[in-house]
Amino acid sequence: MKRWLDSPASETQITQRQRLWLYVIATLIMLFLVAPTLIVIPMSFSESIYLEFPPRQWSTRWYENYFNSTEWVSATVTSLTAAFLTMLVATPLGVAAAYGLHTSQMRAGKLVFILLITPMMVPLILIAIGAFYAYVKLKVLYTMLGLVLAHTVLALPLVLIVTASALKSYDMNQEMAARSLGAPRWRAFLTITLPQIRFAVITAALLSFLSSFDEVVVAMFISGGDNSTLTRNMFNALRDQIDPTIASISTIMIVITSLLMTLAQLFGRART
Amino acid sequence: MTAVDLHAEGLRRDAFRERLALFGLCSPALTLIMVILVIPVGWLFYVSFIGADGQFSLENYDRMLTSKSYARIFRTTFEVSLLTTAICILIGYPLAYFLSQMPSRIANLCLITVLLPFWTSLLVRTYAWLVLLQKKGLVNSWAIDLGLWDEPIKIVHNMTGTLIGMVHIMLPFLVLPLYGSMKAIDRDYLRAASNLGASPVRNFWTVFFPLSAPGLFAGSLIVFVLCLGFYVTPAVLGGGKVILVSMKIASNIELFVNWGAASALGVVLLVLTMLILWGAARFLKLEQLTGGGHQ
Amino acid sequence: MGRGALTSQVTEALPITIRGVTKTYGRVHALDAVDLDIRSGEFMTLLGPSGSGKSTLLMVLAGFTRPDRGSLMFGDREVIRTPPHLRNVGMVFQNYALFPHMTVAGNVGYPLRLRGVPKAEIAERCERTLETVQLGGYGERQIDQLSGGQKQRVALARAIVFEPRILLMDEPLSALDKKLRDRMQIELRHLHEKLGMTTVYVTHDQREALTMSDRIAVINHGRLMQLDTPARIYDRPANRFVADFIGESAFLPVTRLGEAVLHAGLPLTLAEPPPEADRLVLMIRPERVKVASGLAEGNTNRFAATVSDIVYQGDSFLMYATLADGTEVNVRGVVRSTTIAELPTVGSAVMLALEPEDTVLIADTDSGAGTAG
Repeated sequence: MKRWLDSPASETQITQRQRLWLYVIATLIMLFLVAPTLIVIPMSFSESIYLEFPPRQWSTRWYENYFNSTEWVSATVTSLTAAFLTMLVATPLGVAAAYGLHTSQMRAGKLVFILLITPMMVPLILIAIGAFYAYVKLKVLYTMLGLVLAHTVLALPLVLIVTASALKSYDMNQEMAARSLGAPRWRAFLTITLPQIRFAVITAALLSFLSSFDEVVVAMFISGGDNSTLTRNMFNALRDQIDPTIASISTIMIVITSLLMTLAQLFGRART
Repeated sequence: MTAVDLHAEGLRRDAFRERLALFGLCSPALTLIMVILVIPVGWLFYVSFIGADGQFSLENYDRMLTSKSYARIFRTTFEVSLLTTAICILIGYPLAYFLSQMPSRIANLCLITVLLPFWTSLLVRTYAWLVLLQKKGLVNSWAIDLGLWDEPIKIVHNMTGTLIGMVHIMLPFLVLPLYGSMKAIDRDYLRAASNLGASPVRNFWTVFFPLSAPGLFAGSLIVFVLCLGFYVTPAVLGGGKVILVSMKIASNIELFVNWGAASALGVVLLVLTMLILWGAARFLKLEQLTGGGHQ
Repeated sequence: MGRGALTSQVTEALPITIRGVTKTYGRVHALDAVDLDIRSGEFMTLLGPSGSGKSTLLMVLAGFTRPDRGSLMFGDREVIRTPPHLRNVGMVFQNYALFPHMTVAGNVGYPLRLRGVPKAEIAERCERTLETVQLGGYGERQIDQLSGGQKQRVALARAIVFEPRILLMDEPLSALDKKLRDRMQIELRHLHEKLGMTTVYVTHDQREALTMSDRIAVINHGRLMQLDTPARIYDRPANRFVADFIGESAFLPVTRLGEAVLHAGLPLTLAEPPPEADRLVLMIRPERVKVASGLAEGNTNRFAATVSDIVYQGDSFLMYATLADGTEVNVRGVVRSTTIAELPTVGSAVMLALEPEDTVLIADTDSGAGTAG
């Protein structure tokens, strides 16, 4: 231990001992980051309404509450459906746009790229009220269609950026080779290019799923009635009072999210 | 050479058609964004110039300049954004530095502590803090047990709670780009400085820190811009006492159905955001031109 | 001899006719009204420095670069507007562009699958083609398990398996090390003789061009400098650019006086009439000029020079000589039974002798197409 403390920690030959304060601070910060996220999980199993930690009595009543409530379950179904549909729409649209931009090399390409990532740059609340008004006029307020379209718009920049980056490091010569061998462009893309960027595309799909599932602000305005999302209901519940059922929902959401992101990471690693 | 000239026309048409087809691949995405985002926001822009009487007027913007409550809202928004960004820099930089100094296996493991909250739903994290910071919450009970203070203090439904929540949400947005930028710093620079006689401390401040500045700048900018327009966390953790621009926009619609006021606020927020982003883009490009890039 | 036989099929190879092909990028002429005839079954090399337009021309042949105008015929079929996947030409890329997510057989079979060839036949033809490129039995290997030379052969196999009548190659050997490259040059040449398809080969390596080609098209600034056999390109370059680009040479200024051509006031004995250009220059190849011994004989052209340096290289020597007017001439010669001591010393005066057949006058320009044959 003493030897380690005296060993150099970096190119500047500063010793580990002299840097202990850094390790302590970093650990504290990491705890700060992770603890709140994880603490929800055991709290959701507490018996009392006050969500204590550690729970004095363990119980699954809040989970029962959740699964027995038609409201919560239907909201969950809505969110999952919307997320799934968003993934199905945003991924092909975004991949097509990334491919089109990458291969067409028009001077307007830069402008188009910026236009396509505006959903990331415009404040979310603005998009929300804009969509709200448009949907009232178009009579698609509180519909699944409206929700999916709005979430797709929010997810497109993600898909675009992930796919564009994968295309940049991909050797387009292979597509040229395929075409010289007799494949029309679309076939060359499907048989040669797509299989090689598939990890990026899968990541993009997962990201669009998650971004829709977690989305709060826009959903608050344009989802409602039968098609109210889980996040919307949760948000409203939070503003009124702290219903412990939310703890159980949160835990479920954490599990789903972590699962999906681990999958995405695995795919990302597998590629390299 | 008439046959050749004919081809010129045909070739030109072929080239145009091909470009159009490829560009057309962007059109579904573009159309969607136009319909759902650009046109509605454009309409909001227009509405912001319509007064209560339905005529063109600047009263919405006027109200923002004269009304005290609006002034307070802008001030609060800037305060929260600046404070959050500052705190994130203060605790985010050491963390990123720590990560960049660790061997990759440990760094990747520790990175999970940054990525896990990053992936976890915003709402879940906000809720977690709501519970933790209550009077009967964990933070208060542990603090009392540890003797930090005697009675439960109000650390939620106020500015404090809002800041804590915002920092927690925003920290990954700073740490991740900063970490990336730090990892890219060529270690040979540090070795050279050591060789030339710089002490570790001096080495850090004169070599490492300047080289990490672009990443720090980029991260801080992302955080600041996100804070300006943020809604969920301040709405929940502020308890109605901390009102940001985004919340005023929402209440203008939900409670007062005042589209004029809401859209004017929205336009200001948008213009501010765009100005900052545009300014940063210019600055960053300048940075790269002046050799700030070391990759 | 069935459909699948990969034997010499000279009669089936297609000639290529290129007329007036122009491609500009902004102000730059990548290709400037290029006219070129490539004979059926010929091995034609497009030779030039980087940026000369040779790769652009190849891409036009393949269909990946659309020229601003021009005509392109494969045989008697106009193909300038045909998309690349319908041109039915084989193409080997500089970095091979093999598909990493398929095996060797997967790669080689790809064009056959596209053409709807039945599975059993695909397997058979793939194996036969692999044998032709000396990779028999390699079908199941993964691409990342192959060496550079093997990848090159797979790329070649993939390009010829569907029996195209035209084969295009874009500097395919540039990524290989010297020894492998030299060997592959000979192999490619043999393969060409065996299969007989019209081959267009792009390179910047003049040695490679001289080794492999039936004819060479020297290209610079998007224009054809000279189209000729390797021997004539070497011995009778059309202009200064070609002479400079191929091999080494010294250039001596000359003037015309009526019918005669003079250097340093003295008329030269020529074997052929001088070319029609306004300004001429005398090209001297190092291996053609000799150190004269004894008196002037016959019609040898002679030049007085001083030795500025001499390098003994075992079997040969390289002598750096300076003429009276300051022009430097390199002389490369074979060392026979003489020792170093018998070679001219630095600073001594020598007489350089040049036979009339080796006294080559060329146009003193960097442009202008000179074509022959």
